[in-house]
Amino acid sequence: MYKPVRIVAFLLVILGLVLAPVWLNQGRVAAVPAPSLDTQAINALEERQCVESAAYMRAEHMLLLDSWRTAVVRDGATTYTSSAGRVYAMSLEDSCLGCHDNRAEFCDSCHAYVAAEPNCWSCHNGEEGVTGR
Amino acid sequence: MKLLYALCGVVALVALAWLGAGLLRLELVFGVVIPYVAFVLFLVGFTYRVIRWGRAAVPFRIPTTGGQQKSLPWIRHNRIGNPSTVAGVVGKMALELLFFRSLFYNTRAEKRGEALGFGSAKWLWLGALAFHWSLLVVALRHLRLFFEPVPGFVLGLGAADSFLQVGVPLLYLTDVLLLGALTFLFLRRVVAPRIRYISLSADYFALFLLIGVALTGVLMRYFFKVDMVAVKELTMGLVTLHPAIQPATALGPIFYIHLFLVSSLAAYFPWSKLMHAGGFFLAPTRNLPNNSRAKRHINPWNPQVETHSYAAYEDEFREKMLKVGLPVERLVDEAEEAVAP
Repeated sequence: MYKPVRIVAFLLVILGLVLAPVWLNQGRVAAVPAPSLDTQAINALEERQCVESAAYMRAEHMLLLDSWRTAVVRDGATTYTSSAGRVYAMSLEDSCLGCHDNRAEFCDSCHAYVAAEPNCWSCHNGEEGVTGR
Repeated sequence: MKLLYALCGVVALVALAWLGAGLLRLELVFGVVIPYVAFVLFLVGFTYRVIRWGRAAVPFRIPTTGGQQKSLPWIRHNRIGNPSTVAGVVGKMALELLFFRSLFYNTRAEKRGEALGFGSAKWLWLGALAFHWSLLVVALRHLRLFFEPVPGFVLGLGAADSFLQVGVPLLYLTDVLLLGALTFLFLRRVVAPRIRYISLSADYFALFLLIGVALTGVLMRYFFKVDMVAVKELTMGLVTLHPAIQPATALGPIFYIHLFLVSSLAAYFPWSKLMHAGGFFLAPTRNLPNNSRAKRHINPWNPQVETHSYAAYEDEFREKMLKVGLPVERLVDEAEEAVAP
């Protein structure tokens, strides 16, 4: 090599950058979030069933909530009929958070893990929220 | 034909991943073994190529220049276009690396009727810039899968990238830009006859592979829903060297196709034209100051040429020359003369 110091330094910088996630994590495996279903309202349910199946909710809940918002705000609809034929009020704070009142352990645990930042909470934010709950 | 070979290659890769992970359920192979092997191939290949380039001979200054060379004080010197110092070279390289300055100066000659038109051609520059910057942002956004907690700048980047708040999940602008730029770079090769003529399978293959990666990523985010928690469990396992196998049922074949295409890209990278990422820094036409006139560069491995000067010749044969009456420049040896007086 004709300029070994520069070549090696360049390689170290590049490899250091590419391998940054490896050496910064130092082999520490972060705990995988387990959203908690342990709330009073859920425990009191006869049948522990969300508005749709768990698999559907896990994949599509954001689209469902988005369609609820559109339906309520733009079309004035207030109720949602599930695929099982049950009727629910289309309300994040009454229906969803009515059962899942542990936002930190339920919603936020996964959202923080995968760095999803839903804009639900910019309006639905407790005391100052749209429903004043 | 060249295009078809490349397309078949990428389709074969997709089919392989779909078959292996989706149907045969080889989650260990496609989720852990292949990504590790591909990554090691990338690191080894990158190092090998850089060291090989580092060993190549660069005895003289051969920079490509765009501007007035440093000469007399009253002639204005272009410090960045034709740098004479290391600082100038750093400036030239930085502009080239960040803004593709040489592509910006691209020109094109065209015959319009009988007249020859000559003008600036910026489309390649724009397409290349959009593609590379989008790719960088997309790659940095993926860091959210490799750190827990996620670093602030990655969150900020994601938020800025989706600031239009279109749809759910929010549309990333760089996703649109990346696919748009790749489509443009591909169409450019097909539509322009001269560029089509010089395009090789390897050119199309790299483009198709990148389009495949971007397309599967977009499909995964906006259309097929994958379990992000399972994805991050897998990626964090890989990066902390505690690989955890994720069932294909949770992730779906689309995730494994994406991962396999990314692995293919990483493994292919150092051995292909994509290695311009590393070669950029080692190109002697770019990283040398143009100071040939100010500084003498001697080729360090010039062979030692044996010379026999007239003075040495005379020292050797002086006595014999004097004996036969040949004229000499010195009567005695230089060394002896220094001692004698």
